[in-house]
Amino acid sequence: MTDSTPDIRSSAGILPEPEQAGTALQDARFLAELRQQMLKFARLQLRDEHLAEDAVQEALAGALKNADSFRRQSALRTWVFSILKFKITDILRYRQKVIATSELGDDAQREEAFSEALFNHAGHWHKAERPSSWAGPQGGVHSDHFWRVFDACLNGLPEKQARVFMMREFIELESDEICDQLSLSTSNLHVILYRARLRLRECLENGWFEPADNPGGSS
Amino acid sequence: MMNCKQATRLLSERMERELSPREKFGLRVHLMMCRGCRNFGRQMGTLRDLAKAYAKSDTGHQPPDPVDGSASRGGENEDR
Repeated sequence: MTDSTPDIRSSAGILPEPEQAGTALQDARFLAELRQQMLKFARLQLRDEHLAEDAVQEALAGALKNADSFRRQSALRTWVFSILKFKITDILRYRQKVIATSELGDDAQREEAFSEALFNHAGHWHKAERPSSWAGPQGGVHSDHFWRVFDACLNGLPEKQARVFMMREFIELESDEICDQLSLSTSNLHVILYRARLRLRECLENGWFEPADNPGGSS
Repeated sequence: MMNCKQATRLLSERMERELSPREKFGLRVHLMMCRGCRNFGRQMGTLRDLAKAYAKSDTGHQPPDPVDGSASRGGENEDR
């Protein structure tokens, strides 16, 4: 992976002279990590390995063109991901699988139903849904199996929630940057993250973690 | 009086911003009585750690820094 810079340079032929390149992109480890995060993001959005590879490659190549204008890693990261986002949106449009127009529209009914499944009319947990203390089966979260469950849970999130959650928690963008990129208000962002977390924890709890505490509290 | 829906919302928002003193107080009072929400609060931190480990792993199945899924588990009191 540390060789990805020369790869891109030779395939795209657009990298400026090395001494002009942004300092951030010369950090091989940063670049490797960034590429890995981008791949995960693209795979989840596109659900296609090859398309994801292509999109990431193109986004990185595009970024390298202007690499010298970025001195800070976080600025570069934000910018590269915004390119990637556009690439992905293009691909999805092309595939007639357009989520772009609906992705920021709220599916209020679906969320309402989900919320009702978790909380009663007074806003308290339904007994069966009350979060347990996460202990987990044998092997804990170190196992391959766990990560497959995690993967499945992520894939099960509504598109918009998955995207925002990943931007925040995988790519570790600041709230402001995400709001800017997706034209969201801060409170909008908070609601989306809340919903994503509600779903993810629900999915992980059901799919992996065994309740360590007795539901009745009378163990 | 805060309910679980409001408390969980704040427990998520706490990951994004500093809560106001009023919100903190309301949340603390709720958490004293509600084990479900206490667990939820801890899970928010675990979820962040898991996401970080997942994103940095090569395949999505092998985190470089194993995280402890149990997070910090304090003594559990009575249910609400």
